[in-house]
Amino acid sequence: MAEHTVTLTDGNFDETLAGADAPVLVDFWAEWCGPCKMIAPVLDEIARENEGKLTIGKLDIDENLEISRRFEVLSIPTLILFKGGEPVARLVGAKGKAQLLQELHPYL
Amino acid sequence: MTSAIPSGDGVRDVVIIGSGPAGLTAAIYTARANLKPLVIEGEPSSNSDQPGGQLMLTTEVENFPGFPDGIMGPDLMAAFKAQAARFGAEFVTAKASEVVFDERPFRVHTSDGGEVSARSVIVATGARSLMLGLESERRLLGYGVSTCATCDGFFHRDYEVGVVGGGDSAIEEALFLAKFATKVHLIHRRKELRASRIMQDRALAHPKLEFIWDTVVSDLVGDKTLEAAVLKDVNTGTERTLPLHGLFVAIGHVPNTDIFKTSLDSDENGYLRTVGHGTYTNIEGVFACGDVQDHVYRQAITAAGSGCMAAIDCERWLEAVAH
Repeated sequence: MAEHTVTLTDGNFDETLAGADAPVLVDFWAEWCGPCKMIAPVLDEIARENEGKLTIGKLDIDENLEISRRFEVLSIPTLILFKGGEPVARLVGAKGKAQLLQELHPYL
Repeated sequence: MTSAIPSGDGVRDVVIIGSGPAGLTAAIYTARANLKPLVIEGEPSSNSDQPGGQLMLTTEVENFPGFPDGIMGPDLMAAFKAQAARFGAEFVTAKASEVVFDERPFRVHTSDGGEVSARSVIVATGARSLMLGLESERRLLGYGVSTCATCDGFFHRDYEVGVVGGGDSAIEEALFLAKFATKVHLIHRRKELRASRIMQDRALAHPKLEFIWDTVVSDLVGDKTLEAAVLKDVNTGTERTLPLHGLFVAIGHVPNTDIFKTSLDSDENGYLRTVGHGTYTNIEGVFACGDVQDHVYRQAITAAGSGCMAAIDCERWLEAVAH
């Protein structure tokens, strides 16, 4: 799992986003969150199919509270799409692949 | 993981819609009867309408027989699925979006544009959480308002939260949230709980749980994130504001029957009607099991039991029409 996604942490978050050419979709998740686990394979698939066009970063909120707090994440899964380092879209809650793509489409 | 209906799929003996305890038990039984069931398991969601069903949003299940030390809801459902897969059940990760029951074979369409034909269909779509129905609730969902305590409890460590409801799920959520929150306000529209005795005793004895009886949530306050709930006393009509960092809604369920409205008979609350003690619906060859047809018991074990009944009813019906 997660071969096509990158792991984000409090330590590498700013650096990774600053250095990204493509939009970055950050998945705020945790091990104990059922819906997060459900969308993990979907996100991996989207990352694989959009290689080069979209980077998907996974941030474990359990270990990276600083970044989670900075973006006021209060529910997981939360997906935030960053373009040029700025958040442009935010999706809360687990959704199927078609719906995720549809909601992300205007920003890609 | 299969995610779409295989193209060129022929007419199936049985398609099962839903993958909670009812759907997966029906899958185990029909797979063992060599009917090669296709399970349309649903799509990820945070509102209990998803692959694995309502148990995917729970933690410890303490009342499922066979697990004296309890088992985590998602682990239990993973085991159900593995058992069905072992006997040849196949899975599609999509939502059934339309059913055609007035022609034979029946057809089931999925949200990803797939279509499958089947001689029989077992409906096990379950129920999803009811929401309060407030505009402010829609706006703040995910920003302090939640339907999943196990997902979001973590974010309320050292804050005060509220739970709306008075049944087992409300109490379960409240007890879970008490691990994180400084105080959990249980807001219930009646003066007594609907929850089972054991849950009530635990809740009433818990030092962090505070009960607000005869009260409903009439509005939610918060610009970006939830700041407070407006509570209304149902007897006096008096309103007051309670500052809250999080609010968890557990006021009951509504059956997932939208796609069956024009074809299957349902009762006044939308639950599917089955015939006598069996799982037959008004359409021969379509069977219903689990919470979608049961608003009385609504347990994992009763759902599983009725899934088994549906599988047996279905198998016998297929045999009878084949001869």
